[in-house]
Amino acid sequence: MWHIIILIGILVCAFQAIRSERLLVAALWLAGTSALVAIMMYLLGAYQIAVIELSVGAGLVTVLFVFAINIAGEEPIPALSLIPKPLAWVSVIVAVGLLAWQILPLFDLPLGSLQGAGFEEMLWSGRKVDLYLQTALIFAGVLSMVALLSEEQTHKVSTHKEDNV
Amino acid sequence: MNLSIPVIVMAAVIGLVGIGFYCLLVTRNMIRVVVALQIIVKGAMLALLLAGRMRGQLALGQSMALTVIVADTIVAVLGLALAVQVKRRLGSLDLNDLSSLKR
Repeated sequence: MWHIIILIGILVCAFQAIRSERLLVAALWLAGTSALVAIMMYLLGAYQIAVIELSVGAGLVTVLFVFAINIAGEEPIPALSLIPKPLAWVSVIVAVGLLAWQILPLFDLPLGSLQGAGFEEMLWSGRKVDLYLQTALIFAGVLSMVALLSEEQTHKVSTHKEDNV
Repeated sequence: MNLSIPVIVMAAVIGLVGIGFYCLLVTRNMIRVVVALQIIVKGAMLALLLAGRMRGQLALGQSMALTVIVADTIVAVLGLALAVQVKRRLGSLDLNDLSSLKR
């Protein structure tokens, strides 16, 4: 019963996130989606990832969205889409149909009994390459963001120097 | 109505991917594109965890989902930083204004 309620909540929040007019409201609906997805993960038994998703997905990413929206500002953009909406619907139906076709055969499988190593052992021993990749991604992301956000300041400084000359 | 947990999670996966994909196709706002990507990735994470749970190797699914969370957060950070820069330089978040890539 709880699973169905959470499923409906996830879909409603995600739909509202793409439907709401204001970006700030969309970011809050996205945070709600993250929180409900985290609960679904918890019910699946993935306790550690549920906590990480709740703190990163519903917390950090929402703060980033609010920060970016405050800087960039709300901007009314005409409702005209990049491609015609009927074509978009057809594309979505085809994509979702293909996805369902791939995972439909799994419907009869029961949940398997848990076996093998625990999460910590799997992460630190079995997936070392993933950890290196995550470290590199974090550094690349931080450096890229610093470079992107400081470019305006550099641009202003260079323009100021040109004016003085 | 007696739905098993895998069916419910799969419905969530399909719904999230469909909603995110639709938004990705129709939106012209750069920040909303990042929202759409976030929604799609949440579906992918649930699918990874469900696959691990059904195979009895939840730890493997969790470690992969952790990598996806990190990558997804970096994508969101970069996407939002790009949107802020585009807004500063072009004065607009409309994707149509970026089509020529001229300043």
